[in-house]
Amino acid sequence: MSAHLSYGRVNLNILREAARKELREFLDKCAGSKAIVWDEYLTGPFGLIAQYSLLKEHEVEKMFTLKGGRLPAADVKNIIFFVRPRLELMDIIAENVISEDKMHSPRDFHILFVPRRSMLCEQRLKEQGVLGSFINIDEYILDLIPYDGDLLSMESEGAFRECYLESDQTSLYHTAKGLMTLQALYGTIPQIFGKGECARHVANMMLRMKREFAGSQTQILPVFDSLLLLDRNIDLLTPLATQLTYEGLIDEVYGITNGYAKLPPEKFAAQKKQGEVGKDLPTEPKKMQLNSAEELYAEIRDKNFNAIGAALSKKAKIISAAFEERHNAKTVGEIKQFVSQLPHMQAARSSLANHTSIAELIKDITSEKNSLYSFSFHVQLTTLHSSFIYLFYLYLTRQVTSEAFFDNLTVEQEFMTGVDTDKVNTYIEDCIAQKDPLIKILRLVCMQSVCNNGLKQKILDYYKREILQTYGYEHMLTLNNLEKTGLLKPQTSTRNNYPTIRKTLKLWMEDANEQNPNDISYVYSGYAPLSIRLTQVLARPGWRSIEEVLKMLPGPHFEERQQLPAGLHKKRQQGENRTTLVFFLGGVTYAEVAALRFLSQMEDGGTEYIIATTKLINGTSWIKSLMDRPEAP
Amino acid sequence: MAFITANWNPLGEAFYRKIELYEMGWSLRDGLKECLVAAAPYGGPIALLRQPQRPSSSARPQLEIYSSSGANMASFPWKSGPVRQLGWTVCDDLLCIQEDGTVLIYDLFGAFKRHFSMGNEVVQNQVLEAKVFHSPYGTGVAIVTGASRFTLATNIDDLKLRRLPEVPGLQGAPSCWAVLTQDRQTKVLLANRADLYILDNTSCTPVTPPGLSLQSCSIVNMAVSFSYKYLALFTDSGHLWMGSANLKDKLSEVDTKVRTPPKQMVWCRRPKSQQPSVVIMWDRLLLVAGECTDTIQYTLDEESVCVAELDGVRIVGGSRHELLQEVPSACQDIFKIASMAPGALLLEAHKEYEKSSQKADEYLREIKEQSVLGEAVRQCVEAAGYEHEPETQKTLLRAASFGKCFLSNYPPEPFVSMCRDLKVLNSVREYTVGIPLTHTQYKQMTVQVLIDRLVYRKLYPLAIEICRYLKTPEYQGVSRVLKHWACCKVQQKEEPDESIAHAVSVKLGEAAGISYSEIAARAYECGRTELAIKLLEFEPRSGEQVPLLLKMKRSQLALSKAIESGDTDLVYTVVTYLKNEMNRGDFFMTLRNQPVALSLYRQFCKHQEQDTLKDLFNQDDDHQELGNFYVKASYKEKKLEARLSLLQSAVDEYNKAKNEFAAKATEEEMKLLRFQRRLDEEMGEALLGLSLQETLHALLTSNFHKQAEQLYRDFRVPDKRYWWLKLTALAEKDDWEEMEKFAKSKKSPIGYLPFVEVCVKQHNKYEAKKYVSKVTPEQKVKAHLAIGDLEGAAEAAIERRSEGEISTVLSRCSPTTDRALLERLNRARSTAAKK
Repeated sequence: MSAHLSYGRVNLNILREAARKELREFLDKCAGSKAIVWDEYLTGPFGLIAQYSLLKEHEVEKMFTLKGGRLPAADVKNIIFFVRPRLELMDIIAENVISEDKMHSPRDFHILFVPRRSMLCEQRLKEQGVLGSFINIDEYILDLIPYDGDLLSMESEGAFRECYLESDQTSLYHTAKGLMTLQALYGTIPQIFGKGECARHVANMMLRMKREFAGSQTQILPVFDSLLLLDRNIDLLTPLATQLTYEGLIDEVYGITNGYAKLPPEKFAAQKKQGEVGKDLPTEPKKMQLNSAEELYAEIRDKNFNAIGAALSKKAKIISAAFEERHNAKTVGEIKQFVSQLPHMQAARSSLANHTSIAELIKDITSEKNSLYSFSFHVQLTTLHSSFIYLFYLYLTRQVTSEAFFDNLTVEQEFMTGVDTDKVNTYIEDCIAQKDPLIKILRLVCMQSVCNNGLKQKILDYYKREILQTYGYEHMLTLNNLEKTGLLKPQTSTRNNYPTIRKTLKLWMEDANEQNPNDISYVYSGYAPLSIRLTQVLARPGWRSIEEVLKMLPGPHFEERQQLPAGLHKKRQQGENRTTLVFFLGGVTYAEVAALRFLSQMEDGGTEYIIATTKLINGTSWIKSLMDRPEAP
Repeated sequence: MAFITANWNPLGEAFYRKIELYEMGWSLRDGLKECLVAAAPYGGPIALLRQPQRPSSSARPQLEIYSSSGANMASFPWKSGPVRQLGWTVCDDLLCIQEDGTVLIYDLFGAFKRHFSMGNEVVQNQVLEAKVFHSPYGTGVAIVTGASRFTLATNIDDLKLRRLPEVPGLQGAPSCWAVLTQDRQTKVLLANRADLYILDNTSCTPVTPPGLSLQSCSIVNMAVSFSYKYLALFTDSGHLWMGSANLKDKLSEVDTKVRTPPKQMVWCRRPKSQQPSVVIMWDRLLLVAGECTDTIQYTLDEESVCVAELDGVRIVGGSRHELLQEVPSACQDIFKIASMAPGALLLEAHKEYEKSSQKADEYLREIKEQSVLGEAVRQCVEAAGYEHEPETQKTLLRAASFGKCFLSNYPPEPFVSMCRDLKVLNSVREYTVGIPLTHTQYKQMTVQVLIDRLVYRKLYPLAIEICRYLKTPEYQGVSRVLKHWACCKVQQKEEPDESIAHAVSVKLGEAAGISYSEIAARAYECGRTELAIKLLEFEPRSGEQVPLLLKMKRSQLALSKAIESGDTDLVYTVVTYLKNEMNRGDFFMTLRNQPVALSLYRQFCKHQEQDTLKDLFNQDDDHQELGNFYVKASYKEKKLEARLSLLQSAVDEYNKAKNEFAAKATEEEMKLLRFQRRLDEEMGEALLGLSLQETLHALLTSNFHKQAEQLYRDFRVPDKRYWWLKLTALAEKDDWEEMEKFAKSKKSPIGYLPFVEVCVKQHNKYEAKKYVSKVTPEQKVKAHLAIGDLEGAAEAAIERRSEGEISTVLSRCSPTTDRALLERLNRARSTAAKK
């Protein structure tokens, strides 16, 4: 269940195992039966480290969600709180503990702070008079969580908001700590590159921590050749654009949290056993884990959505052919061999069925015939149970939505190519007039602002006024936040440098090939993400070639070297690729991840990338994290 | 070499030997007479409390501390109360137990560390006798008071006094007693004449040793072995009983024929003892009584003290320091006269080899024939460890090395590590160092502890040399020693801060993992704050600097260090501290100079202290944030008037911040709220709190067209949006008539396609058709398709000769579509394509 983490260039399972070991050690410290009280936010990230079975092996019998009042009854010896170090959570814990004392059966209390214990919180517990009630107060250092074979995430939702809006650099401290842990397991990273204020801050802390740990140096041959730290705010544009890879679209449409997507259940009904047909359609959303452990998904996740149909269809043919083999199996031996392959084939078939359903769902929303986005979607799924008539019906009813999707995309692409970014956009106006979802409007307006290096005061005020009048005055605070982070801004200089950046970094490729990509721009059907271009240029020919552009982007760019202990200098084999860890501070999108994977796989690329981030984001989740809603009384 | 066995005495099957460790370096006029003596095990220091020469009221006893070789380490007149007992802790601290129950603790160099009391009850009744004992829990103290009650403290570093139950019939001090550690419990074993009792926390149990032949005799002395496993009792009839400490087994009983109560009695054992024994000391006699009932007698020519060790007994006298022990079997095998053990043969072979005699080969062949060469080497290596004389060690090791040459695959580790161990041992046994450790003790004690002991004795260079020689990881070795050195250095009062700081940094510069904050903390304890701050500068871990800086009230510095570390929790900690320490004004000023701390504090206030947040913004004249603050606050108000007044404050702040847009938008919001209230009151609507758009929509659907018009004008709603709004509202309530009127009122700013689409959305194709004709040519195809009019769409597309649009229409065609139409479309598409 974690094997997929070890297949990549760097075996990330080591990190996961280290995290699991630490968890087991803590659980064993509290002898006897236990109940865990969860800070709900943590359950998702923990799911990536350990399943319930691990906890059960260590006598965890009950699990509760942290909430005020009295703890639910449980006949256990230990109560363990798994919490983030937040003051408000401390108050809840204190309430739990105080109301517990009144009951007769004494239970032992423990706290596990994730990812770090905090004096401030302990002080609060002390003030509440419950600090002494805890037998163990420990920390569980969970900074970087292995998310997939080449992907690490801190699963820290608020990181961008905290860093760029509230100047709270706590998450950067955790980042630096996480990178130190990583270096303890995978060796010192000899080169550190970076761009942006936060990147600089993280690098400084890392170098400082290295000095602090002097003497306890690890004698491990470095696995990573370099680290690239990138601030999200050097590339505000990319997350605003709609991702067009398969995985990116699933995220845009349904959202992927902690590696899971919740999908509408209707499409998956057909897969139920025959006997159950006729029952009501399931109403619970279908929760699917999406990672490279699923062979088919690993194959198609990073393709442009327009290439998915063909890929699925090809796969379907292969599977059908494999099933047909049974007719050719004559001897007992052949049959036996066929049967032995059956489980794998059946798994592949159900995986294919799942993804066909998802692809259909997304297509309903995104595609429009007779447009640039005409899909050739004729999957021959004779072996599958999907009901095509039903799908076709759905497709027709979604006509309106898909048109909107297409229009939206057209506007995005106009902005990215620099068309009329200095005027009020009629599409945005129309969308506001029809009261489309606010986040959609904000994404577009921000995008226009970013692509125009700020909007003329008059235009900016117009949009803002339109938004306030339509969606309500309370969004004033949100707009203010967007301005603070630079997503929205008035044009200060007359010169718009976005076109220069676009041209120098070739951010727009007219002839993006979606089926057989030859450039990263395929992930946005034409737009090459700025962040990834920077990464690409760094590997070859180096940042010196783009000094001018780097100066236009906010924050310093830098390079640091870390001394390796003698004897650990890597001797590179002829033709051996370099390994670079790219860390996105403030979030990364699935499309960007796809673009980096594409670069890793390029034959003459010379560099393989491992990706790390504070959180996997998309435009919607990102903007949402920056919104402020005043609480009603 | 021939004399190695000269000092051996047989005892049963085994031999005992007494070797001289040191000739004592001290010069005591009367030897150990009239002295209270305490010598620590593991070759530890010796403390003497010497009574004054001429007893007079003004003369004070002298407390002296010596190394095992008699080198003076401290000496000072005793000015406190009368001392009953001296003892050493496991960390080489001296305990002086006074008559009144106070225990004073001194370090090796006679510096006073601290004191504690054995309880109030003792002050009146006085301590009659006291004992210091060691257990896995640390060093403990046991006393018996004038009221015949025992009090125990198991660990003096975590003082918990336990008063033990009363002993029936006991008057004054018991005849003899000892402290036992059994089953993780500390107990007292005591004899009151012939009766023996075990005292534990809760009870006093009479016990009888199995097989004690003369039951009626008084027990006058007892000894518990080093491991607390064995017990020896001496009766006034001169009998010695030996058995297990749990009083379950008897080992033997010996009649010593001496009836005087002994001065001291200790066990003499070693791990894997063949013949354990008890050493009994009288004034002029030292008797070793074995299990086998044999005895060895030595005459003592001076006042002495016995110190029990893990593997023998040390005898400290006025002029000599000796070790009495059972000869280990490896040594016996090799050195016993006419021994034919493999090791003995190997030693012989090597001797001949050195003489270049061919006999060497004969011996070697003999060993090899029995194929015991490996065993021979092992014996020689082991025996070397037990020998005190470096010459003997060398001879044995050379023989071992010689033997090794004839073995293939013999593991080198035991030989190499023995050589290393002996080198270390010989250097600490050196007269000037004076720690006469045996190899067995050294292994038990570990290098770590040995280094600690050297450090306590301030023998830093030797400690560092040993660490380097043994290649101890820097972190646990050299760095640790240097840290201790530095802690000691900072206490040198006469040296100025500068030079100490410099000396420390120079010496510690290269060493890894030094905790400067610990050194600084020590300097601070000695009242040298400035030096502490200087030293803290060298500390690479900011996290470590902060707590001490706070303790020294250097809060500003602590704050900047916390910020430097990047650890926000640390910053919070300092900020909270500052908040409590400073007055509000200063606190705010401090934060103002530290933006990182300020923004973190703001975060804190946002969640915890809204009012402080406002004060912070006020102080910084941050009008924009103040405005936002009021806006946020306004939503918390239920009453409209309060809400409006907060919004007015927001307007004022936004104006001060020169944010015209925000000020205006807020004013508009106030206007809207007032308008909504009026309408709510007049018409009974529930509009309050809705956005302008929602308000308009509500008005239009409720037929308040006039009011809607007014709002539209007052708030300068763009025409386009207003048209969309009105259109949707009308469609939603199926007011087709009004819609038609609206469409004709003037030229639509949004065109007429929206009309078509809105009607279709409300499933009214009939109404939709009315507007198709009004749609611009570019949108015609879309409009026709929207109402499902394929032919119309086809006409429009063909007319526009647009390939794309024709394709769109084609894609909508189904198998039931008129063929002629299809053909026309296809034809038109191909012509369009040709263009």
